[in-house]
Formats: sequence, structure tokens, C-alpha cells
Amino acid sequence: MTVTTERSGHSPEKLLAPVLSAHWDEANSWTLRAYLRHEGYQGSAKALAMDPDAVIALVKDAGLRGRGGAGFPTGMKWQFIPQGDGKPHYLVVNADESEPGTCKDIPLLYANPHALIEGMVIACHAIRSEHAFIYLRGETVPVLRRLHEAVREAYEAGYLGTAERRREKLGVDGLPGLDITVHAGAGAYICGEETALLDSLEGRRGQPRLRPPFPAVAGLYACPTVVNNVESIASVPSILNKGKEWFRAMGSEKSPGFTLYSLSGHVANPGQFEGPLGITLRQLLDMSGGMRPGHQLKFWTPGGSSTPLLTEEHLDVPLDYEGVGAAGSMLGTKALQCFDETTCVVRAVTRWTEFYAHESCGKCTPCREGTYWLVQLLRDVEAGKGRMADLDKLADIADNINGKSFCALGDGAASPIFSSLQYFRAEYEQHITGGGCPFDPAKSTVWADEPRSTHLGVTA
Amino acid sequence: MTDVTLGMPQLPAPDYPAEVRSRLEADAAEVIARYPDSRSALLPLLHLVQSEEGHVTRTGIRFCAEVLDLTTAEVTAVATFYTMYRRKASGDYQVGVCTNTLCAVLGGDSIFEELQSHLELGNGETTEDGKVTLEHIECNAACDFAPVVMVNWEFFDNQTVGSAKQLVDDLRAGRTVTPTRGAPLCTFKETARILAGFPDPRPGAVEAGGSAGPASLTGLRLAKGEEAPGRVVSPRYGGAPQDEVPPTHPSSHDAPQRTSASDPHHPAGPVAEEGE
Repeated sequence: MTVTTERSGHSPEKLLAPVLSAHWDEANSWTLRAYLRHEGYQGSAKALAMDPDAVIALVKDAGLRGRGGAGFPTGMKWQFIPQGDGKPHYLVVNADESEPGTCKDIPLLYANPHALIEGMVIACHAIRSEHAFIYLRGETVPVLRRLHEAVREAYEAGYLGTAERRREKLGVDGLPGLDITVHAGAGAYICGEETALLDSLEGRRGQPRLRPPFPAVAGLYACPTVVNNVESIASVPSILNKGKEWFRAMGSEKSPGFTLYSLSGHVANPGQFEGPLGITLRQLLDMSGGMRPGHQLKFWTPGGSSTPLLTEEHLDVPLDYEGVGAAGSMLGTKALQCFDETTCVVRAVTRWTEFYAHESCGKCTPCREGTYWLVQLLRDVEAGKGRMADLDKLADIADNINGKSFCALGDGAASPIFSSLQYFRAEYEQHITGGGCPFDPAKSTVWADEPRSTHLGVTA
Repeated sequence: MTDVTLGMPQLPAPDYPAEVRSRLEADAAEVIARYPDSRSALLPLLHLVQSEEGHVTRTGIRFCAEVLDLTTAEVTAVATFYTMYRRKASGDYQVGVCTNTLCAVLGGDSIFEELQSHLELGNGETTEDGKVTLEHIECNAACDFAPVVMVNWEFFDNQTVGSAKQLVDDLRAGRTVTPTRGAPLCTFKETARILAGFPDPRPGAVEAGGSAGPASLTGLRLAKGEEAPGRVVSPRYGGAPQDEVPPTHPSSHDAPQRTSASDPHHPAGPVAEEGE
């Protein structure tokens, strides 16, 4: 079945609901001035006038779930922070976006960093934290520049700073001080795992910690710590400002609210689409022009490479936590990577597996050794040097990694193996029986369907 | 690197010259003050020593160890874990081609292969003039702009083989190169200083590149009842809303424009341009 470009009867205006992305098309959208024009810092004004526990209860009642992949309720995470324990509490924002296919937090921070900072002001009030960190992956310097500038603006305006200054500027009695430190990482996918991130932020190799104790009890510097994804925290101000009913009016009972979907790959119009949870890939493709002309969807990831692959039979799966889970995958980061019929699934999975092998931190044997051997086998299969027994061996090794290491990196490595063998075993077998890859990689490039002159233009 | 040395163990690394040392110490004190625990400053300090020498030297490791009261072994263990710390002298421009699955399939593999043969370099190698270090990188969170090339961690979106070759040629020739998103390029050392937490001092650097790239606005435009923007296949088509690069700017990716002049197959030019 081909994904057509016809409208499905629902217009994008009705299906989409830009909140965080609503003013990205304005000049200087990343500045405080632009943010204030769009009800910026009104949510935090309401939150700072509330009891912290009431803020936690509100976010919990709104049903906001973590947007970093796992979908854990954000308010509950905040509630786990012990109060009156005499220790400092920390908020750490996970901006180490590096899951293959995932590209939502980086454009969000580039175009609208104050949504995050306002969310941090609210979250720190709720969990009684006076020092928060943004752990940004280092490989995105344009975003780092804007975070530096946004934090500077927030200090200047008194949203951040000493207790005296904040009380004076914001006119709220009894406010504590609040500092935000922007911290640039140094290139390690594993630091997106929350405990590895904490080790990295403490100046160590980013390797995951055994849990328990959970970060809520012993996180950064062994103090109670909340680690939240960028989009989760950035979604909080609008909940405070517009109320939980407004938020719950979008999405479903268990997956309420809005979120950013990132469409990429062999589609006519890749990009960011912000709408209620539960939209389907078919709807997104219909409104955006479908797959590239003349091609059909073959497989896709619902939330990055660590979420099991889906196929065109899953086009109508509601893209929320329950819907994607019921289809045998995970909502993950809503990174909808779409590949058409020109793409070799063995090549795709081999490349992802090479990524996991490269990024495995080396702490746990199943992941460190397993990903290495998966790569060896997959390269052989892709090159036509594999044997049929290798396919069972792939599944067996993946099974020995899955769930048997400290963190989810190993599980992520197993996902594309399991799911591709489930849906495309015949294609693996074709590589083995045919003695090589039956696909032409040139046909899957973005310029494949263009006249030859265009992409080679400058070689003359 | 793999030479086995017998006999005398390696002597301690030399210190920085006094002037450099005192300057870096002042910077380091500023970095350390941002954290409740000094060791948290290690990653930024490794960026800082890279901004001094272009890569993490034994001298840089010794400096980090001394200001944080760690051993050089502890610092080395961290420095070797993260891929952004270079362990040998490299180019002014770190050119990274994304070859993770999505970019690779959409053309990243071709771009990386062509650049290797064009520059006669392998992965991680540097041109003789010391300008360009070529490597393949992992997913850089710009999949809706694939294929992506990063130069000193600025985004060069929607690349082609031709545009990427022109890009490295321009870098080697010292011509001005403008990222599709991000500020005008600075050198690797200057970039490393920003990563250490020192804001870019150049006027206009924060604004450069506009509010959002075209793909970031696809959904927003549809939600506003506008047409889908049409796939950006060459960097010159796009341009962020505040893109101030003049259309005739002779920069890196002018080449593969599909105009009537350059594309005889489409004499009328593209049917739908960005933003229509």
C-alpha cells in the first residue's frame, strides 16, 4: 500500500497544536523579549505563588509523562524527592539528545530556550532546588550559544540569581536563590542515560550506575536529584499557565498533552510536528505530502533506533505510550525515521548496531561483548558471507544483551535486531543465499531521483 | 601510538609557559566556581586546554590534574572516554560527516566516501595544510535536515556530494563559509573555548542562522494553514527565516543549485521553493 498525499479529511490545523514551537517562525524567537510576547514566564509567576507541593500535585494531575523515551510521569519523579532531609536538591536537565533519529530537543533549544529555563524555574521551586544544570551534548555549539545567552537574560531579568535579587525582581517574598549552570558534554551517547549523565557531570567517565539507589535519593553528589528531559521540563510552563484541564484535553487518558514528533527520512517534507499525543504516522504523512514521490514506506522507527522497527501495517497506530507499546514497540522520543523500499534493512540495522558497539561504555560484559559480536555477524551477512545459522545466532546474542546490563543501551541494541528479524527475515536470508546485498545504495539517497547533473555539479 | 617503549618510563609532561599557565588558571577558577564540587569542572577544563593547543596534550592533562587535585591517570581516563577530545594535533576545522543509519542511507555514506578520496584522507586524518580533519560522526540530532555535515560543531544541513566538496575546498582556501544553522565559523580552538563555557564574544554570533531551520517549521506552517514547504534538497534552497546570506554569496554550497542555468533538465527551475 502506498502512502498517498491525499488529505484524510482532517486538516493539519485541527490535528496539530503548536505550543512550544508556536513562535519559532518569528524573528529572534529565542530571545526573552520574543518569549515574553507569547505568555512567557506567566506559568512560573503562578507557580512561584503556589506551595511547592501544590505545583507537584498539579503536574502530576496533568499527567505529563517524560518525553525522553521512558515516559515516566514527571510529577511523580518530583514527588520522590525527599523533603526536609537537610541536603541540597538538584535538577539536572538531560539535553544530551543523541538517540539516532531523535532531533526535537536541539531545534527546541535553538529556537525557544526560555521555555526550558522557565520550566526549570518551576521545577526547582517544586523540588526545592537552588542549583540546576543543563547537560547539553557538546556537538551542538549553535544551541550552546543560545543557552548561554538565554541564561544570561534570565539572570538579568531576575528569574535566576540570588535570593535578594529574585525577591526584588519577581516581587515574591521568601524566594530562595536559583542558579543554572550550562554544562557542555564531550561526545558520548551513553551520557543520555540518567545515571551515566550524573557521573559525567561529576567529572567522570559516563558510565551508568546500579540502581537503587535512584537519583531521587542519591543522585548528583549523592544528593536527591531529578533528571528530566528537555521537552518534559519545557512543557511544564504551559501547564501552569493554562491549567491541567487544558493539557488533559489533548491526547488520551493515559497519554495526555502535546508533544513534538520528528519526521525524517524518505518523506516529502521532513520536520517537526507538534500536536496532541496519539496522532498517527498516516495522519502526519497525509498532511505533509507523504513519502517522497513514487516510493513506498518500508519500515520506520516510532522513537529512535532503540525502539523496535514498525512497518506500513502500523501506520494507524496511535503514537502515544500505550498505542505504540501495544504494537510491540515504544513511543521513545517520537523520532519517526521513515525508510522506503530502496533501503536495505540489513544495512540499516548493521549501521545502528555499529553505533551501539561504538557507544557501549564497556561497563557491562553482555553489552560490550555482545554488540561487538553482533557487528561482526551483521557485516558478514550484509556482505553476503553469512550463514543461515548466523541469523539465529544474532537473535541469541541480542537476547543475551537484552535486559542483562545496567542500562537500556543494550536493550536498545537488541531492539532493531529482534524487530528486523521479525519483519524482514526473508531479506536477511536473501543476503545469504544471494551472496550479497540486493539493494543499490545510490537509489536511497535524497538525490537519487534527481537528474544526474544536480548533485555532481561542482566536481568539474 | 602502539609503539612499545622499554626502559625509562615517560617523564612528566612539561608545564605551560608561565604566562599561559596564569591565564588558564584564571579561566579554570571561573569554571570551577560554577560547580558545587570542583571535579565537575573536568569536562569543561578539558575543552579549555583544547582551546589552548587544539587537542588534549599531556601538558593539558597535567594542568587539569593540578588545578582539580586529581592524578593525571584520573584525568586521562576521562579524556579518553569522550570522542570530542582530540588526542593528536588536528586541523583548524573538524569536518564530521554523519554516517549513522538515516544520514548514511540518504547520502552521508556517499559524501564521506567522496570526501575521503577528494582529500585523500582516511577517517580521523588531517590535510597536510593543517586545515581540515575529516571524520565520520554519529547522529547529531538533525535528522530532518539529512544528510548532515558538521564543521566545528556548526550545522551544514541538507548536504550533497558537491556541496560538501565545495565546503572543504573553501575551508582549505580560507574562503568564508556560512553554516545553514549557526554562527560564522570560528576555528576549532575558538569553538573549544565556547564549549568550556565561555560565551562566544563575537557580535551577532548568537543571532546568526535565524530562529529555526526550514524543516523545524514544517509542522508549524501546516498548522497555520500554509502549504508544506517542499523538501529542501540543496542548502541554497533553504535559509532560515532570518537568513541574511545574500543569494549571490559565493560560499560553499552555491554549486548544486537547480536553476535554469545549472540544470538543463529543469529549465524553469524548481516548481515549489521553500516557504511558498
